[in-house]
Amino acid sequence: MTPSDPSAHGGTSVTAAPAQKDDSQRQQKTMLAEHYHRLSQAESTGEKCVYTFVPGNLTELVRSFDLLPVLPEINALQSAMRGSSKDYISLAEKLGHSEDVCTYVKADVGMLRKGNVGPTGERLPDPDLLLLSYTGCFTFLKWFEILKEEYDCPVVMLHTPYQGDGVITDSMRKYVVDQIKQKVIPALEKVSGKAYDEERLREMLARSAKAEDDLVAVLESAKQTPSPIDSYFGGVYYIGPMFTAFRGTEAAVGYYQALRAEVEARAAAGQGPITPEGPMGEEKFRIVVEGPPNWTHFRQFWRMFSEEGAVVVASTYTKVGGVYDFGFRHDPDHPLETLADYCMGCYTNLNLPTRVDMISKYIEDYSADGLLINSVKSCNSFSAGQLMILREVEARTGRPGGFIESDLVDPRYFSEANIKNRLESYFQMIEQKRSGGAA
Amino acid sequence: MRYCVGIDLGSTTTKAVILDDDGEILGRGITNSRSNYEVARDVSVSEALIDARFGLVRQALATQGDAGDDADGLLNQLEQGFRESQYRRQLGLLCKVLKRLASDLPAPIVVASGGGCHGIADAPTCGSGGDVAAPSTPWEAAETILTQMQAEAGELFTEGSSRKSDFFRDLAGGLYLGLAEGEARRSGVPYDQLVGLYDKAILEVENEPPTDEDFGQHMAAALSNMAGATGPLERAVARAADTPLEQAVCVGTGYGRATLPFEKEHIRSEILCHGLGAHAMFPGTRTVLDIGGQDTKAIQVDDRGIVTSFQMNDRCAAGCGRYLGYIADEMNLGLHELGPLACESKRPVKINSTCTVFAGAELRERLSLGEERADILAGLHRSIVLRAMSLLARSGGVDDEFTFTGGVAKNPAAVNALAKLVHENYGELTLNISPDSIYTGALGAALFAFRSLADDVEADAAADDSVAASTPLTTGGTP
Repeated sequence: MTPSDPSAHGGTSVTAAPAQKDDSQRQQKTMLAEHYHRLSQAESTGEKCVYTFVPGNLTELVRSFDLLPVLPEINALQSAMRGSSKDYISLAEKLGHSEDVCTYVKADVGMLRKGNVGPTGERLPDPDLLLLSYTGCFTFLKWFEILKEEYDCPVVMLHTPYQGDGVITDSMRKYVVDQIKQKVIPALEKVSGKAYDEERLREMLARSAKAEDDLVAVLESAKQTPSPIDSYFGGVYYIGPMFTAFRGTEAAVGYYQALRAEVEARAAAGQGPITPEGPMGEEKFRIVVEGPPNWTHFRQFWRMFSEEGAVVVASTYTKVGGVYDFGFRHDPDHPLETLADYCMGCYTNLNLPTRVDMISKYIEDYSADGLLINSVKSCNSFSAGQLMILREVEARTGRPGGFIESDLVDPRYFSEANIKNRLESYFQMIEQKRSGGAA
Repeated sequence: MRYCVGIDLGSTTTKAVILDDDGEILGRGITNSRSNYEVARDVSVSEALIDARFGLVRQALATQGDAGDDADGLLNQLEQGFRESQYRRQLGLLCKVLKRLASDLPAPIVVASGGGCHGIADAPTCGSGGDVAAPSTPWEAAETILTQMQAEAGELFTEGSSRKSDFFRDLAGGLYLGLAEGEARRSGVPYDQLVGLYDKAILEVENEPPTDEDFGQHMAAALSNMAGATGPLERAVARAADTPLEQAVCVGTGYGRATLPFEKEHIRSEILCHGLGAHAMFPGTRTVLDIGGQDTKAIQVDDRGIVTSFQMNDRCAAGCGRYLGYIADEMNLGLHELGPLACESKRPVKINSTCTVFAGAELRERLSLGEERADILAGLHRSIVLRAMSLLARSGGVDDEFTFTGGVAKNPAAVNALAKLVHENYGELTLNISPDSIYTGALGAALFAFRSLADDVEADAAADDSVAASTPLTTGGTP
């Protein structure tokens, strides 16, 4: 969700040339590094830490108590980009975790058992609280059961009702707000030793909304041809601060202002995205991607697209920590209700018809050539229903779909030759269709 | 004559198809050389050019009209003779390489007089091995085997003879290994050592593509061995040999496509090539199933052969051609024998393993329980087709007409199992299988090459401000 350095990655093929970055990427990397450093000092500075998950995270609420969020999925993917997830996963398997278990979980368990040294090489603090908001992913429940055993610390659970009927009802909202009031806030008060300060929360939520406006402007810049951004490979950097520890902070507001200015300048100049290999060449294909990226071979994976002139103009993965481009913003006037709506509105909490609607709309609005699905072996919350989504979107939009398979952080499941083969076939299929068979 | 060539660099075999300037198939070539794709490309294209020249001989004979009623019979004899001459040349090469490799082995305990391969073309000339009653060096043992193979070579190419394979590796390997058992016992040279020598030598032999010079020599040898009047044939051969063949465009597909110096615009994915190739063979095709060496592809195409959707196996190659190769090895059978044997089954066994290696274990278990080999093989064929059915379903199902391509489409037991399961799941529909199905991908690539040539011609014509006439696309010659 928020890689910090695409030049550092695991896998078998190592790319010699240093990755090219734009300013926002460097700024984001610095923000993340500072956050990890602050976490590493937490035990000496006395700052308390809350482990929680990206989808449906309550960052503003957590930070309003001056607590520091730690996001295990981010640690796992960061470790994968630095090539250490393989060893962590092996260790977790030695401890008895099956081959089929989510590889984020295994990477996290392995990292923990190896001394909980985070991706930047600094030790992460033990949690003072596990805030289990399991939006759209039931593995989260088992994950924190394991962490509870490891750390022997309190757990507070926030159950987010699934949007089975595609709508958020008043009773669903009330159900979540009641849990926040009755369970989450008291637990945060207890750990922090501070009283709930709603005014402070409102200020943070207002800052969130401001940053969200800028993020949406950045994401929607891809409607332009050529797109100034890649909304999947580049997109994971753009969503980084928003999806992790920074929502509601001044740092995030500043970051998104700078990012927006950078992207708008590129758009005005008619430039394409910056890839790790340099500025993108001619834009030949505009693709919508569904599913998380592979992190162990992130740069190679990106290159397979950029070398073919394929730009991802919209992706569902960049909505996993919040769907903002359909109008939702954090609302400081209704602080707990807006947090409830945010949690229930995350992508993996949407039912399949809503996901099909959303993707079909992306294909139309972003003038995309088709939908490509990266199906991830160890992520049920994403993978379930993907073939149905593919067929339905193809039928509605008349644009061809493609399907590839990899994994989140287990390098054993990234078969470069297979993926490249399918991607090339997919792009050539689009080309052939465009030219009416003459290609 | 300018020609376009499509090359499918697969995981097991490399195929080439040559189209003439009307887009008609002129020749096909295949090799199982896996050492490197460059060699595989050269060998397959050389073989396709040989096939093309045979096609030209056929055309010349027809034009001359002086071959009498049995032009086909004459051509068949010519081809058998040609293949025999090719085989003998490769035996000679094998002999040379074996001798060199054997000389690198540690000094033998008993020194006997060295030998050549008597009667083998291009073989090293050495003293006779016949005066040594019991050769005890590896080379002498190998020489005895090769002499025997040479003596029996003609039998492989008599009219009506059946060969397990057309690849030199398989033909020579089967005979060599059979003879090596007896020779090892007789000479005391370890069997493993003889096998090891062959395994090394064959790589060098099969990596030597035939040359134009070889073509003339093999033709001459074939003609000289033919009985009766060969005048018309000789004239036709001379005309065919004089026709210059010049490569215009080459398009590559398959796993090796990226390792060869094809230009980017001359690389096509095998999905597109199989779709277009199947469409060219059977224009009514809507669904294509290709089972190759390590890939199974389910492809949907529209009425122009344009791919609309596809699915491929991932992470696991169980259920592909290599699976059958592994099973054939386990059962000590030739790959070509598996299907016919499975077809004899009266009561197919259910095989549950989806993993190739486990299927091998299950196979041994079933054999030890006394199950019939044919029944086990029928079960294995059904099991690989079941995996293909899953991919077909995921790609969007099976639409009429359904075309089955790839090496496995040559296997009658796989075809029977597929026809049955498709019928059960999708009802009555036309199942197309071409005898040349293994060339489907290469044909598609050749058609892409042909189209790009036509585009170039059009572009040139446009540059001259003249109206380019569109070239009709035909694929005659394909059943």
